[in-house]
Parts: sequence; C-alpha cells; structure tokens
Amino acid sequence: MTIKTTLALAAALCLATLPAFAQETGDPGPAYVQQSLAGKKVVLIPLALGFDLAQGWNHYIGTEVRGFGGVWETRDPNWDTAAGAQAITDLISSADKPAAILVHTPDLTSYSRLFKRAQDAGIFVIQVDNRSNFASDAFVGSNWETLGELEAKAAVAACGEGSSKKIGLIQGDQVNSSSLDQYAGIAKVLKDHPDFEIVGAPDSNWDVTTARNVATTLLQQHPEVCSIIDFWDNTAAGTAAAIRDAGLTDKVKLVTTGGGEELDCKALEDGTFHAVVMTDVKGQSRDISALLKFLLQSGLKPGQAKSWIYTLETATTKADLKPGTCWSLKDVQAAEAALAK
Amino acid sequence: MSVLKSGTLSQERIVFLFAIVLFAAYAVLLDGFLAPNNLVAILRSVSVLGILAVGMGVVVIGRGIDLSMVAVMAMATAWQLAMMNAGTSPLIATSIVLAGVVAVGIINGLLIAYAEVPPVFATLATASFVFGLVRSRFIVQDAIPVPPSASFILEFGQARLAHMPIEVVMFAVAAFLSFLTLRFTKFGRYVYYMGDNFEAARTMGIPVRPMVIGQYVVSALIAWLAGLITAAGLQSINTRVVNSTLLYDVILVVVIGGIGLSGGKGGMRNVVIGALLIGIMLNGMTILDLPNIYQNLIKATILLVALIVDSRLNPRDEQVGQQGDI
Repeated sequence: MTIKTTLALAAALCLATLPAFAQETGDPGPAYVQQSLAGKKVVLIPLALGFDLAQGWNHYIGTEVRGFGGVWETRDPNWDTAAGAQAITDLISSADKPAAILVHTPDLTSYSRLFKRAQDAGIFVIQVDNRSNFASDAFVGSNWETLGELEAKAAVAACGEGSSKKIGLIQGDQVNSSSLDQYAGIAKVLKDHPDFEIVGAPDSNWDVTTARNVATTLLQQHPEVCSIIDFWDNTAAGTAAAIRDAGLTDKVKLVTTGGGEELDCKALEDGTFHAVVMTDVKGQSRDISALLKFLLQSGLKPGQAKSWIYTLETATTKADLKPGTCWSLKDVQAAEAALAK
Repeated sequence: MSVLKSGTLSQERIVFLFAIVLFAAYAVLLDGFLAPNNLVAILRSVSVLGILAVGMGVVVIGRGIDLSMVAVMAMATAWQLAMMNAGTSPLIATSIVLAGVVAVGIINGLLIAYAEVPPVFATLATASFVFGLVRSRFIVQDAIPVPPSASFILEFGQARLAHMPIEVVMFAVAAFLSFLTLRFTKFGRYVYYMGDNFEAARTMGIPVRPMVIGQYVVSALIAWLAGLITAAGLQSINTRVVNSTLLYDVILVVVIGGIGLSGGKGGMRNVVIGALLIGIMLNGMTILDLPNIYQNLIKATILLVALIVDSRLNPRDEQVGQQGDI
C-alpha cells in the first residue's frame, strides 16, 4: 500500500466515522431528553419551606431537576395562603415562565382558579400532598382517606380486645383536605368496629400548643381512652406532652402521621409515638421527578390529561424500625448547604 | 349605662361575674369539669397566655401596645435552642439571646419615644423584622427541638411546685412581681401617670422617654420568658405560633380583664381575671367538643363586646386623647 492510498483510506475512515459519532448507539433518547428538558424551569411552592416534607422535596426533587439540566426554584409563602397565591400569580405573568409548578395547596379551593390560569398559560400544575377541588395535570401525595384508615387500624390494634375501646382524635381543621379525608378514613374503619367509640375530636388548628391544651382536656374527661390519633406529627408533640403530663404514657397509644423524618423514628423508638403512618418522601419525590420528565417530553399540553399518583403509605411501629426507615433532615440540609457554596 | 357609670359595676367586676357564672354553669352541666386535675389544666392552658398578657398589660397601662411580643417569644427561644443544638454552650447562647431581646425592646422604645412612631406601627414592624431576621439567618426550620444536652430545660418543664405545673407557678410569679412593681415602685407609678396623661407626666418632669424604652424592654423580656416556658413544656418551639391568633388572644385577655386601651387603668388583677375567663371558656368549649371555628367566633364576639364596654366605660376625652393613641 502506498502512502497515498493509506492516507485516502484513513480519510475515508474518518469521514465514515464522523456521523457515527453523533449517534454512536443509535439511541435517540439522550438528544430528545436534552431538547425537551434542558433549561426547563420547575418551581416548588409549598405551604412553607420550613418544615420537614418541604425540605425533603426541595432536596430530592431539586437534585433530579438540576440533574436533567432544568432550573429549580422555590417560593416560600410561610403558611400564608395569600402569599402563595401571589407567588403563583407572579410566576404566571413572569417573562421567564416556568414549565411546571409543584404546589402544596392549603385548602380545597383557594388556588383552583390560579391553577386553571397557569395551565392556560402553558404551565403544568402538579399538586403535592394536599389535594384541592381542581383536578390539575397531576396530584402526587397521600390518599388521605387510606391514610386515615391505616391510622385507625393501627389505633384499633394498639388498643386490643380487652381495652376500653375509646379513641380520641386531635384533628387539624375543618377546611384542609388532609384533615377532612383523614377523618373520613378513620370513620370508615370504625364502622367495621362498632364496639370502638370516638370520645372526642377537637381541632388543633395545626398548632402544637392548642393540641396540647385540647388533648389535656380530652384526657381529663376520658382518662380511659386507649389511643389518640393526632392528624400531624408536628402537633402530636403537643398531644404527647399532654399524655406525659397526665401520667398516661404507657396507657394511651399515640398514632399519627408525618414525613418520616428522623424525629418520627426517635419518637417511635422512645415510645412517644406508638405508630406513624409515614409519607415516603424519597419515593414521593422520585414519583414527582419521573412525572416531570414524562410531562415535559410527552407532547401533552397542560390541562390535557390528569392523573393521581398516590404514595404508598404504611403504618410504622417500633417493631418495624430499621436503619434507613427515616430520612434525616440534617443530612438534607447539609447537602443543600454544600450545594449553595 | 347608669349602672355602669355609677362605678358599682366596673368592667372588671362584670368580667369576674361572667367568669363565675360560666364556671358555675360548666360545673353543673359538664361532667368532670370540677375535677381538680381539670382545674389545674385550665390554669396551665392559660399560663403562657397569661405571662404574655402580664407584659402586654404593663405596656398598655403606659398607653402603648407591643405587637412584637409573640414574635420575640418564638424567635428568641428558637434562636437560643438552635444555637444550643449547634453546640453553643447554654450560657453563651442565653447571653447572646438576652442581648438580642433587650435590643428589640430598646429599638421599640426608641422608635416610639424618640422617633414618635405610633406603637402599633413600630412594634408591628419590629415583629416582622425579628421574625424575618431570625427565620432567614439563624434557623433553618419552623420547629426547633430542645437539644438532648439541655436536659435541665426538660426537667424544668416537668417540675411542679405544690402540685402546680411550673407554667402556672411562673405565671403567678410574673403577675405578682409585676403587681409589686406597678404598685410600689417609682417606675410602676410613673407607668400609670404616663398612661393617664402623657403630656402632664412629661410636664411634671417624669423621664417619659427612657420610661417608654423601659416598658418595652420589660415586655420583650417577659415574652422571651413565655417562649422558654413553652419550649420547656413541649420540648420544642414552633415558630408558626407567630402566624397564629395568640397575639390577639393576649390583647383579648388584657382588654377583657379591664385594662383600658387608653392607658392608666387596671392592674395585674385584671390580667389574671381575663386569663381565667378565657381559660374557663376554652376548656368548657373543648369539653363540649365545639369545632375550632365556633370557638374563634365566640372568642371574637366576646372581644367585640369587651371593646364596646371598654369604650363606654372609658370614653375618650379631648383632654387626654392625643395623636398616636391606639
């Protein structure tokens, strides 16, 4: 072979391989994903950023969104419904519109009109954790009725056959779907156990001190209750204090629900809580991330389809605890802090 | 209104009578209301509210109002616990927070006494400032637990004196100390003079401006005490309380007890009576299993009635009414 032919061959080879570089594997996926997802803005608007669930979503979903080349942002209404509405309005009218918003709704109706407007403006609306009356592109979170059923079953089991069969409830409020649906679930289970009775069902209004006061009164009136179901682990801290004050720690089994953060596991470990129906935040965040990837690639228009993706919940007791059952807010915060640097 | 004006039925007496009637009615109608433990629970449930009302009472008697109390209560305690959680020694954390709390009181006082900002606006602004600063700079979440290393705080929360929970004891101590101060010290008498007629007090030579600062420092310190007691009982502090109706409940206790918002009237006895009425009312409504919204409605109605009675009993007159009044 002369040098000329060798060079020609080499050149031909190079030419032949050039297009092959672009689709080495013949897989259209990466390019399509890149084209559909890169630079897409996703904004999380929780009730407030300062509590475990929201911090978990921010970290786990945020990592995924940044991972696929998207832009991740959060807004913190700090428990103020009006501030949340303002944040959504601003996003709808902003020049740099998000591709999707993830909203933790405060009640059944407040944001419904805004969700419609956001969809009309081409923004996917995913509701997380609390449902509203508006069926947006997706809801990801607990089926709160099922969750209530799990709590009631845990309470019935905790009381046992020989007990007083009297149960107290510390509800959240009368407007939030998570509270209303939990109550419905509990009522449903107790229908199958007609010998069990709800002796009191005050609201905590999601406030820990109120929970403590109403639980104190409830225990004072009905010291024979065998179990209390508190509708949120944050307020259950107050209910637990009331049980402790009454000297009934061993007699009254406290069942609650929460984000499965380490504090939940600690409280199960030391007997403060008897059972916690835990929201699997990591799994839920993974569901939301997958859904975002799907919606943004699907070619669907906002408002065209709807789905409900319920997170699998289980009632966890001390016996179920394993390392890794709970996630650590501290670790999540450390990871976020490292990212900010 | 003749009965009211004749002085035989002051607002304080009306409220006291109302509390007794309510108490008697509940005692007859509700099983278990009179149980000793329930009575203790009533006292305990209003202790933190009562402590805050003691601080608010002092300020209102001096013709001011401190809307930053709940923010100071929650944020000072949260900051302190956050520092302790991060490994700062309790003594250092407490000293830093003490300085911070006093500074908030001084800023409130300076704004009101020297910049002559009406107290409603000055303290509303500092409340937002304190909340925003601590929430954004010093703590990362709403609920801050008491660190396991600070077991003395937990033990304090469990302590009882003569079968009374520590919250009740602290409320009694705070109310009694404030009573002594208001009755028997120069500071206390000056507070009444200033509340009664600010201009006259100033003409008289009372150092009204430093006095105003002093009052707001006192209310800030009392607010912090309320926060510490809350944390001791619940083993954590939740800053969400800043968004709750607690602040309005504090004002409710003060006004309903008969400390006129126009200043110069009433004392710690009114705070105690106001707190007891609220405690009895809420306890009974909870035993009755009334939903929260109705409880709020009833509370709000009573506040409205109290405000109307207050304005009839303590009418504004042109001599003492002045710009900046609440």
